[in-house]
Amino acid sequence: MFEQHLAALPIILPLIAAPIVLILGRSTFAWAFATLVSAAACYFSWQLLWVAFDSNVISYAVGGWPPPWGIELRVDTTNAFVLLAVTALSTLVLLYAKDSIENEVAPSKHALFYTAHLLCLAGLSGILLTGDAFNLFVFLEVSSLATYTLVSLASDRRCLVAAFRYLMMGTIGATFILIGVGMLYMKTGTLNMLDLASRIDLYDSSRTINSGLAFIMVGVSIKLALFPLHMWLPPAYTHAPSAVSAFLAGTATKVAVYVMIRFIFTVFGVNHVFEEMGMDLILMALAIVAIFKCSYMATVQSNVKTVLAYSSVAQIGYMILGLSLVSAAGLMSGLIHIFNHALMKGALFMAVGAVFYRVGSVDISAFRGLGKQMPLTMAAFTIAGLSIIGVPLTVGFVSKWYLVTAALEQSHWAIAALVLAGSLLAVIYIGRVLEAAYLQSASPDSEPVREAPWLMLLPMWLLVLANLYFGIDTSLTTDAASSAAEWLFQTTESAAQGSAQ
Amino acid sequence: MSFILDYYNYWVVVFLMMTGFYIVISANNLVKRIVGLNIFQTSVFMLYISMGKVNGGTAPILVEGVDVYSNPLPHVLILTAIVVGVATTAVGLSLIVRIKRAYGTVEEHEFETQGDVI
Repeated sequence: MFEQHLAALPIILPLIAAPIVLILGRSTFAWAFATLVSAAACYFSWQLLWVAFDSNVISYAVGGWPPPWGIELRVDTTNAFVLLAVTALSTLVLLYAKDSIENEVAPSKHALFYTAHLLCLAGLSGILLTGDAFNLFVFLEVSSLATYTLVSLASDRRCLVAAFRYLMMGTIGATFILIGVGMLYMKTGTLNMLDLASRIDLYDSSRTINSGLAFIMVGVSIKLALFPLHMWLPPAYTHAPSAVSAFLAGTATKVAVYVMIRFIFTVFGVNHVFEEMGMDLILMALAIVAIFKCSYMATVQSNVKTVLAYSSVAQIGYMILGLSLVSAAGLMSGLIHIFNHALMKGALFMAVGAVFYRVGSVDISAFRGLGKQMPLTMAAFTIAGLSIIGVPLTVGFVSKWYLVTAALEQSHWAIAALVLAGSLLAVIYIGRVLEAAYLQSASPDSEPVREAPWLMLLPMWLLVLANLYFGIDTSLTTDAASSAAEWLFQTTESAAQGSAQ
Repeated sequence: MSFILDYYNYWVVVFLMMTGFYIVISANNLVKRIVGLNIFQTSVFMLYISMGKVNGGTAPILVEGVDVYSNPLPHVLILTAIVVGVATTAVGLSLIVRIKRAYGTVEEHEFETQGDVI
């Protein structure tokens, strides 16, 4: 029975569990139950990835209505791979959240936090698994509404304004996607992604299809915080509770990157988007500006969470740069970076959250002397920070390596150089924190600080070890990403040949 | 002229969409921004309902002697989108209530002068 419904489980489980968590109420029960459910979702997505490896595609008709009439869940290596990263990070963040949330969120809202987290997870899994363009919009809104709630749960009042601005931008982005999907439906009469793909070929240069493409690309760009549309992200990640920042930085915007990949490669087709509409140049330019402008912004902030938030926008630049190279290698580097960025940003935000738990501040001055007082937390921050920079033996190096190779493959020497120059800016913003932690000593009148509780250290170090493990043994990530990238390219090429005949 | 008259429903959609968008961008009062967002979303609902219209079609109910129906699918889709819009409005308004309690105002420029908004 489970085998048959495997594709639906990562969505259904958290969706059903969310109200149960609200009923359980007491924070320990709610926490244990939510963590279990998330772990189960992670286990099922692990199985899905292996099934997808063997048989390439799983198609699941929701409610027994066959596609293209019913809603289809469609699993291939691309979304199974991203889904594994999302559910795994969600489980680790929930483990971490118990102590962190008790410190940062009012006791009456603990159950609400776990409910909203599970709803967000259900929405993100839904976006990843669905094969229906309108269903994607619905799941996008499910996850976004849960996200606004999560951001607004912090006890600092500034989180409210951040959440409100995020809600404004997020809703406009989602509505743009809705308009775009409507225009596609107007012309093709279908919402199923594969069906859309085969019919869009027939109307290749229709103005309705092209404006639909424009609306969807702008809407998704707001959701993934592509450079000029990123202004909602730094305040939201800075003022959200630490556990929420750790979860969102690794998942929410990365799922939006997946949506962009899905629309470009599966629905519209590479030829249409990149060769006829020339969007690769726009994306490439914006990605490069994002890398430099936001890495620079990260070097001048005094709040370490803001530093990491700007760094996230810069990392999104690397992913978009990868797919704007229009090659299987470039797409693969983008997909690998989605997975790897979840590992490193998750660990970094968890370490900063642990500092907030003990010191009560995340200002860079609060990090003085912590290298001695919180050795395990700062060691985790250091390794994850080196991973962001892209030092060999960490996952960051693997991402950068494939990105630079993909750029050199097409003789884009300037881009390869710019990627490396961007890493130097990462050295500065991570280095400033490390300098405060290890080279400066704590002011003599401050109280001594203890190491973070073990329940926070455990998930943090699991992520750090994953950073090292996947940096050395890259077989899982590269296999999944390269088979996904090749498969996406094959399908678009065969579709192009089919329409040419 | 017929370009305007034939597509008048789309002109209404475009007008409402831009009105809502302008309010979202320009309004200082947070409640007004939510209103703008609602107008913006409503215009999209109308866009969807317009595209369900079939010339000479009746309501999509099975009756003898009628074989041209309007397309019911966009209507159903937009029911879902309306629910999503209501949920967004609810979350937005409840955030405004909490902002009012925390800052004592819902005017953007007034709480920006309180200094601690990023």
